[in-house]
Amino acid sequence: MFLGLFSFDYTLQIVLAGSALIGFVAGSLGCFAVLRRQSLLGDAISHAALPGVALAFLITQTKSPLSLLLGALIAGWIGTLLVMLITKTTRLKEDAALGIILSVFFGFGIFLLTIIQKLPTAKKAGLDTFLFGNASTLLEADVYTMLAFGFIALLCLSLFWKEFKIISFDLGFAKSLGFPVKLLEVFLVTLLVVAIAIGLQTVGVVLMSALVIGPAVSARQWTDHLGKMVLLAGSIGSISGILGVLSSSAIPGLPTGPAIVVIMGFFVAASLVFSPHRGLLKDWMQARTNKKKIRIASVLLTLLRLSESHKNPFYPHTLASLRAVDATGVEKSLEQLSELHFVEQQGDLWNLTELGLKEARLLEQEWGAVE
Amino acid sequence: MTPQFEIMMLAAVVAVACSLCGVFLVLRKVSLMSDAISHAILLGIVLAFFVVKDFASPLLIIGAALTGILTVTLTELIIGTGKLKADASMGLVFPALFSLGVILINLFASKIHLDTDAVLLGEIAFAPFHRMTLFGADVGPVGVWLMGAILLADIIFIALFYKELKLATFDAGLAAALGFSPAVIHYLLMALVSITAVGAFDAVGSILVVALMIAPPATAYLLTQKLGRMIAVSACLGILAAVTGYALAHAFDASIAGSMAMMAGFFFLLALLFAPQKGLLSQLLQHRTNKLNFALEMLMVHLLTHEGKDEEAVENTLRNAQQHMEWSIFFAKKVVEASAARELLLKKGKLLLLTPKGRELARQSLVRT
Repeated sequence: MFLGLFSFDYTLQIVLAGSALIGFVAGSLGCFAVLRRQSLLGDAISHAALPGVALAFLITQTKSPLSLLLGALIAGWIGTLLVMLITKTTRLKEDAALGIILSVFFGFGIFLLTIIQKLPTAKKAGLDTFLFGNASTLLEADVYTMLAFGFIALLCLSLFWKEFKIISFDLGFAKSLGFPVKLLEVFLVTLLVVAIAIGLQTVGVVLMSALVIGPAVSARQWTDHLGKMVLLAGSIGSISGILGVLSSSAIPGLPTGPAIVVIMGFFVAASLVFSPHRGLLKDWMQARTNKKKIRIASVLLTLLRLSESHKNPFYPHTLASLRAVDATGVEKSLEQLSELHFVEQQGDLWNLTELGLKEARLLEQEWGAVE
Repeated sequence: MTPQFEIMMLAAVVAVACSLCGVFLVLRKVSLMSDAISHAILLGIVLAFFVVKDFASPLLIIGAALTGILTVTLTELIIGTGKLKADASMGLVFPALFSLGVILINLFASKIHLDTDAVLLGEIAFAPFHRMTLFGADVGPVGVWLMGAILLADIIFIALFYKELKLATFDAGLAAALGFSPAVIHYLLMALVSITAVGAFDAVGSILVVALMIAPPATAYLLTQKLGRMIAVSACLGILAAVTGYALAHAFDASIAGSMAMMAGFFFLLALLFAPQKGLLSQLLQHRTNKLNFALEMLMVHLLTHEGKDEEAVENTLRNAQQHMEWSIFFAKKVVEASAARELLLKKGKLLLLTPKGRELARQSLVRT
């Protein structure tokens, strides 16, 4: 219905196609960043790209999409290499290196933007959107440039799939097989820089990194297979991009970047909670079941041990004496045990059945081995 | 006081307060917590503003600072589930909270005296317009007093818990064993960072707080080994970044906060290149010296091995040593020259002859290996 409303608007179709592509490229390459624990590198890259955009505008004096994109790419790439240089040559750790590059490059970008704002040419209107993103400023030429770079990045990803997979999961093994590991790492990061650079105008430098991390984290919850994870993350990124653009064009004053991030936040939260294999809900239910099992087993064993001291395995015991050993939930456990016909109740007394004795002996063997 | 001086003073106070917290962030390897906190407090500031309707209210500062601590807690809770690694968890929580803040600002723009430009750039240039009056007398900008109070809180906290902070930072295990909970110290520090970030937010905006918190301490870390000195150097670098940053902004008529971040980064770059021991240049020189010294020793051992033997005339020549050690001819010549200069060998035609000093060095080096 929502889509039908806009289906004749050619500009919006172009913008939607662009944001779907941005989401797909960011989501799929984000998988590698998340798996390689470089999630925050994306944050540094996107902030570092800002001075590149501003410088490209200052040098060319035009807002041609190609030059702005190249500016973003080069600055983001330099930022990444500097992070690597700082962590390699000094005793500063990655956190400090990322923090410095991110904030100082961004400061430089802000410095340049304020200078551009005061230029007499004053074509600055387009550059402000690089901060929080504004899909409505996308032109056809912007989208075609983004499409071209996005397809190149995806093509490289599929061509070097095997190599990227091996350096993401087993760096040592990749080295021993003779892969040029350092080169591949730089190549993979370069593709990440491309993915981020093409999204800047739509999502903004401040929040682009979330679009890299979020889809990958969501996808990871649903599958253990890299290929499926990459496709799923790409799709989640696309859907977030499309929904974000639609909602920001429907609600006046809503910037695109934050809208996309909030929508993606729902995907992340839902995946964290509801995933059937790795979800928190499943963990919680599993923990409850385990607790119940242990509680019941413990009462059964208590009955066995108490009976053994009476030389009669079916000796009946009072509830009070059972409570003295297992403090909580004894009555409930006894009820559940009698439903299984492991115990019998006679008045106030409980005793094991033939079946219960067998089960208790088995349990004793298992648990004894653990103890 | 001129407005320029007031702005510079506020900048310096902000920079010092930030770098004091930053020292412990850098040393504890949680620098990016400043990034997370400085983003997340935006939501806190907006929400708190709906309640108290006053940006300078202490309640707003405390309310917003609580959001900062909440972010840290939320991030650590998510990490605790084991579903997400630390980096991804942090990289998601603060953009989400920040996005909510930005959306609220945009949707309620007419009700909030805050726009997205102020969020990113800060409003330090307008600080002199908000005056503080005490008993009817003008005592300076509100911002300076507010940030001054926060700086004082930072100093008191660090002075009071200096020993505990130092212990928990450098040996968390020992701190725990002695009964100082590292978790309590961690959260106290995060509270301090949050309060400082909220105060600084008004002046320099969300993201550039990170530059002031991380760059000066990281620079100081390259220059000194002692915690006390690192704190002092960071504070001085903070002031320097504030003053030079203001001058730069003044010269180009550009963002003050952006210029301060740039200058903080510039000083870091200088230290990265030229720091006496940790700098890239001195590392390069040290590497070259080590390489030459090692080569010298290898040459001495080579000469000693063949000294007085039949093959001496063939073996103990420049060309032969160069081929054996797989040196370039230039490097071999350099090694021989250096050895001659240090009186380790004598040149007799093509033959290289050890001096007693050279023989001694060769023997020492053989014993060592």
